[in-house]
Amino acid sequence: MSHESQAVINEVSEDSIRKKPSSFKRWSKLLLRSKTGTVGLVIVLFVFLVAVLAPVLAPHDPAAINAANMLKPPFWMEGGSTAHLLGTDNLGRDILSRIIYGSQISLLVGITSVVVAGIIGVTVGLIAGYYGGFIDNALMRLVDSFLAIPTILFALVILSVFGPSVITLIFVLGATNWVNYARLVRGEVLTIKERDFVRAAHSIGVKSNKIITRHLLPNVISSFIVISTLSVATTIILEASLSFLGLGVQPPTVSWGSILSDGRDYLATSWWLATFPGVAITITVLGIIFLGDWLRDVLDPRSKAK
Amino acid sequence: MNNYFVRRILQIIPVLLIISFIVFSLVFVAGDPVALMLPDDASQEDVELLRESLGLNEPFLVQYGTYVANFVQGDFGESYRYGQDAMSVVLERLPATLELAIAALLIALVISIPLGIWSATKQNSGIDLIATGAAVLGKAMPNFWLGIMLILLFSVSLSMFPVSGRGTLAHLVLPSITLGTGIAAEMTRLIRSSMIETLNQDYVRTAKSKGLKNRIVVYKHAFRNSLIPVITITALQTSTLVGGTLITETVFSWPGMGQLLIQAVNTRDMAIVQASVFVIALLVILMNLIADLLYRLLDPRIKYN
Amino acid sequence: MSEELLNIKNLKTYFHTENGIVPSVDDVSITINKGETLAIVGESGSGKSVTSLSIMRLIDSPGKIEEGEILFNGKDIVPVPMKEMRALRGNDIAMIFQEPLTSLNPVFTIGNQMSESIKLHQKKNKKEAKKLSIEMLQKVGIPRADKVFDSFPHSLSGGMRQRVMIAMALSCNPQLLIADEPTTALDVTIQAQILKLMKNLVTELNTSILLITHDLGVVAEMADRVVVMYAGQVVEETDVFTLFQDPKHPYTKGLMDSTPKIHELKDELSSIPGAVPSPLDYPKGCRFIDRCPFAMKKCAEEHPNLEEILPKHSVRCWLHEEKVVDLHDTKSFA
Repeated sequence: MSHESQAVINEVSEDSIRKKPSSFKRWSKLLLRSKTGTVGLVIVLFVFLVAVLAPVLAPHDPAAINAANMLKPPFWMEGGSTAHLLGTDNLGRDILSRIIYGSQISLLVGITSVVVAGIIGVTVGLIAGYYGGFIDNALMRLVDSFLAIPTILFALVILSVFGPSVITLIFVLGATNWVNYARLVRGEVLTIKERDFVRAAHSIGVKSNKIITRHLLPNVISSFIVISTLSVATTIILEASLSFLGLGVQPPTVSWGSILSDGRDYLATSWWLATFPGVAITITVLGIIFLGDWLRDVLDPRSKAK
Repeated sequence: MNNYFVRRILQIIPVLLIISFIVFSLVFVAGDPVALMLPDDASQEDVELLRESLGLNEPFLVQYGTYVANFVQGDFGESYRYGQDAMSVVLERLPATLELAIAALLIALVISIPLGIWSATKQNSGIDLIATGAAVLGKAMPNFWLGIMLILLFSVSLSMFPVSGRGTLAHLVLPSITLGTGIAAEMTRLIRSSMIETLNQDYVRTAKSKGLKNRIVVYKHAFRNSLIPVITITALQTSTLVGGTLITETVFSWPGMGQLLIQAVNTRDMAIVQASVFVIALLVILMNLIADLLYRLLDPRIKYN
Repeated sequence: MSEELLNIKNLKTYFHTENGIVPSVDDVSITINKGETLAIVGESGSGKSVTSLSIMRLIDSPGKIEEGEILFNGKDIVPVPMKEMRALRGNDIAMIFQEPLTSLNPVFTIGNQMSESIKLHQKKNKKEAKKLSIEMLQKVGIPRADKVFDSFPHSLSGGMRQRVMIAMALSCNPQLLIADEPTTALDVTIQAQILKLMKNLVTELNTSILLITHDLGVVAEMADRVVVMYAGQVVEETDVFTLFQDPKHPYTKGLMDSTPKIHELKDELSSIPGAVPSPLDYPKGCRFIDRCPFAMKKCAEEHPNLEEILPKHSVRCWLHEEKVVDLHDTKSFA
């Protein structure tokens, strides 16, 4: 597309967006305009509901062992029954119920650890970006060091030290993810800091922390939301990976990763064990990514739509 | 230029020190390795003796000092499980990991470069939709699950490739595809968006206005430029790549550093854990350095001072 | 002298956006004779750049040439296949752009970028292409041309880069040079040098120029004839002297009044009030109506046509329908 035409289109679409009246109407219109955004939101809401309503929705107790029902295939296959729609595992536990309960852990760990990461990261980023100089240098070296250690490696080391549990998992994933926020916020702060309104605020003697909260924070918030959403997606995968390695959530708590790990030993005979939890992870993460991409398009004026 | 790289290499030192400190603190907090190193029926005196000989009764900072001194020499002590110097155990596994990582990277490049360019030049075409769709799917799918699905399909059902282990080229196929497609998903997306941006640049219009063939406009004028941001971001993602290697190795029982490390974590073989963290961190830093060098080769605007 | 080189007939270039069709170029007809310099003047959004990109067939999706002919040496180049079009680009029709800083590829040397089109169009080998490139660089007044040949764009100043662009554009001896705001991004002192350079070179090579600009100073300096565009259409067309002495369209008059003149001391510069209407929603009548001090009832009702009201002087305005009105001494804008 030529520059001229891009400019024309930008002008036109900005106009049409600006005209929208109420904010709810505007948002739902923006959402419906993007098919993937709508799909994303629907998926995320669905998974959320499943997690909250797990006790009601699950047909069986996810931990109920039934020796008579071991390794039953899904209902449409020979030997399967509608009592266990997605079949059973090596201990006769109902796969569907386990997947339904597994959503609780995925969302819990995904969301809370992102909150932890956000709090650490934003604080570090604001301090580094705002004060600059030595503090900035030191903090950025710290960020470099964290970046040099792969997230999963860092998580492995901490988990090996503190032992696996949900709480450790949340803090581990939070403590490894904060660097992204720190870099983002620091970068944003550095650009905003030089803008006239901040300089003006400074020159009339507004205190630093007030400048940060009043002027800087609002400018970072939209990028923050976008990063957080996408970061929930990666964290869910990371949680599943760690649980798969046996270092995440411990039984009897169910995680999609641990169901997968159980299923890995029965690949030759019972494909469904390892397949369905993976499908659940993929769909959930896909939904979050769609939602995140849509949020980025809407919230971040610098990223071009589509 | 030399100056610049000397400085870049010197910058590695504080990073390594911080890493050493983080790892050391964690291990310190983790507490006593002695219990694991001695048989269950060891006497209290034996325990004390071992503690003393390992320097575990010294204060934190003294222990850290000794640790750093050893760290610099790559000495992380002996693996109690292997009964050998931890670093040499780790280095033994390094070639397997590099083999897998390089194969995966090659696969990723072969997939993502043409696909990224193609979908950028034909925006919103069928190919573009498939490519971007596949890229998002690749990102949403956990890598280890993709590996398992590949095993299910190609090893269990079709018996085309071995399920696990290392040795022949056939062994390499599934693990490198697993890891490679994961990386390719992210790279395709990056190359696509970077290409779209460069294709909109003024110099691309100039190139077109000179009557150059489309192929030359895209591959010479746009692609060279779009590589610059791709390299920077890819370098930042090397740690994700290494993380992917760890899990892929476990899924395919690939006898590399990743598998070793995860076993070590499970058995709390701290010497191995520390040595592998050190080697992996060094690898990531080196990759970043290489990326930096490439970046500077590709972009004549950057000066070396 | 008055042999036609380029004849654009009823060109319509539209952009199909999500929000509707944007008629960036709406029924534009322009001719350029051999050796002549024609200036297209207008604000941003008037369609002047899209017109020039249409001639090069550099309009990408969602833009499209909907209708019209672009006759180059008598041959319509709108329907020709891209392969044939590429043989024209850079060879018979060359282009210089507004931004010398971003119009050269940062990762290739000047020499590489210059030789590229010489090798392509003139079938020369690397050595000959280098020789010609250096000659051209010298011709546009670049000192130490052989050194510049091997350097990267970022090491040159904006003025130098624009000289390189000119050298590059003229290296294949084009019949038509399209210069899209060639001096806008440059310092005033450099502007004059570049304009002078262009003028000398085209006289020497007998190249026609299509000059796209919003700067009437540049027009006065360079052009033989002028086309004024507003909202995708030609609103006035005449030779440069007539235009400055006797502008007939209120918009042209407005442009003149908003340009500072050195010999006329004025207390204040006037400006044209308002802005170009949205291309998605042009008024039914005259597109200038909202900003025009002479607007009449008829202007709102009927869209004016481009009429030749005096010999070789066409205007799109109802004001001159019955009798040609003199706008020269009216103080049109506050």
